[in-house]
Amino acid sequence: MAGQAVIELEDVWAGYESDRVLEAVNFRMEAGDYVGLIGPNGGGKTTLIKVILGLIKPERGSVRVMGVSPEKGRHFIGYVPQIQQDDKAFPIKVWDVVSMGRLKTNILSNLHLTDIDKAVIERSLRQMDILDLARRSINELSGGQRQRVTIARALATEPNILLLDEPTSSVDSRSSSQLYDLLAELNKSISILLISHDLTAISTYVKTIGCVNRRLVYNGQKEITGEMLSGAYDCPVDLVAHGVPHRVLPSHQEEDDHD
Amino acid sequence: MIDLIRNIFAYDFMRNALFASLLVGVACGLIGTLVVLNRIVFLGGGIAHAAYGGIGLAYYFGQDPMLGAILFSVLSALGMGVVHLRTKARSDTLIGVMWSIGMATGIIFVSLTPGFKADLMSYLFGSLLAVSDTDLRLMAFVALAVVAFVAVLYRSLQAISFDETFSTVRNLPVAAIYLSMLVMIGLTVVIAMRIVGLIMVIAMLTIPPATASLFQKDMKGMMLLSIGLSWLFSLAGLVVSFALNLQAGSVIVLVAALSYLAAAAVRKLATHPKVS
Repeated sequence: MAGQAVIELEDVWAGYESDRVLEAVNFRMEAGDYVGLIGPNGGGKTTLIKVILGLIKPERGSVRVMGVSPEKGRHFIGYVPQIQQDDKAFPIKVWDVVSMGRLKTNILSNLHLTDIDKAVIERSLRQMDILDLARRSINELSGGQRQRVTIARALATEPNILLLDEPTSSVDSRSSSQLYDLLAELNKSISILLISHDLTAISTYVKTIGCVNRRLVYNGQKEITGEMLSGAYDCPVDLVAHGVPHRVLPSHQEEDDHD
Repeated sequence: MIDLIRNIFAYDFMRNALFASLLVGVACGLIGTLVVLNRIVFLGGGIAHAAYGGIGLAYYFGQDPMLGAILFSVLSALGMGVVHLRTKARSDTLIGVMWSIGMATGIIFVSLTPGFKADLMSYLFGSLLAVSDTDLRLMAFVALAVVAFVAVLYRSLQAISFDETFSTVRNLPVAAIYLSMLVMIGLTVVIAMRIVGLIMVIAMLTIPPATASLFQKDMKGMMLLSIGLSWLFSLAGLVVSFALNLQAGSVIVLVAALSYLAAAAVRKLATHPKVS
């Protein structure tokens, strides 16, 4: 299926009321890709995600997910939102969070989990190596474990695309590299789009890198290009200032530290 | 004690009060849990006070005040729901406005209505001992509707309460679920009003779930325990109020609140036994 566009944005302009956040964004992601988009806070990363998910309509331009409108195409996206410290208080077990991935649009068919649903949930938990946590409350989990739960929920939707928003923001560096190993494994069957402000974390693992800062620079390459750094696009210099070489640095040793 | 309870429930009005407590406890346990988990407690208060506008209006036009209360609480709930879904912004200011408009309208129409109106106080402070058979029928209807609603939509309700965005991305009909939940809140507020009055409705919606959340790790457990606690608080409050000849609604609220504080303290000690 390689070569087929899974996400396609053409000349997308988007923002909120008087505040335009994205300008003239073109982006094409194909099946099997593993794209990391970096960008500073406030650079439009979250807006880009919302546009792709059909949560906000662009002022102009077209968005296609799996060849259809985002409202329909998002069904194929396994969305992994940033972990909110805020929902800590919500009493819910890991199993129930992941089972949300099996919710159907027709609410009447959500009465019970079917045997297939249960099998998929179990498989997703196993893929993220958290089957033993299924009966635990999410409030007892570490940041890394919670992130795995969120990814397992996305996997339970049996997605064609995984869309991750700052997947390592509340995860220590060791769990973070384990997480990226898992994602690399998943990428064998699922296209991945990962958005983060942390270049060093993602650069080792993704296949291609782009930069969002009001505009999007993405050439389907792994290197940080001069274009990304040029004044017009103003990709955050601090991301590359500490010596990111062309082949991009291998970040932390995996056996090290507890943060 | 057993004798006291047997004596108490020898009276028809006490039996009605008991049935009312049980029915309202079911609705409040289920809906209150959703209110607490969705952090819309203030919205619940707003709906209750907006309902007073309907009571005043119905009174002025010689209609059944309960009818006015239902109409106003459901409409204000829907109004708030639409605002929430449209703007996504914190709507607490608007709730405050709705809250006061409802009260002001109610008070004006009540004062325009000539004649004796002592029973209007019962809507403010509750009148558990004056629950009629008609009230009981309404309570049974609402309790049943709430049970069916939660049973059928449980997973969807859990999903939109936990993560509205994810539910939207899964193309769940989030708006429809949210609005129907608010209608159920509106109806529950109306029947809870008969017990503790609109001023203290928030207590019935929040204290049992808040207490339950100290001991339960999921929504289902919280709902079931909330129902049990509602029953316990109401029953204890009813007996105490009878024995001491105090206003039932207020005693129930105080019993609930003190139990919550005690449970929270016990819980705190149990989890941190060494902390002084």
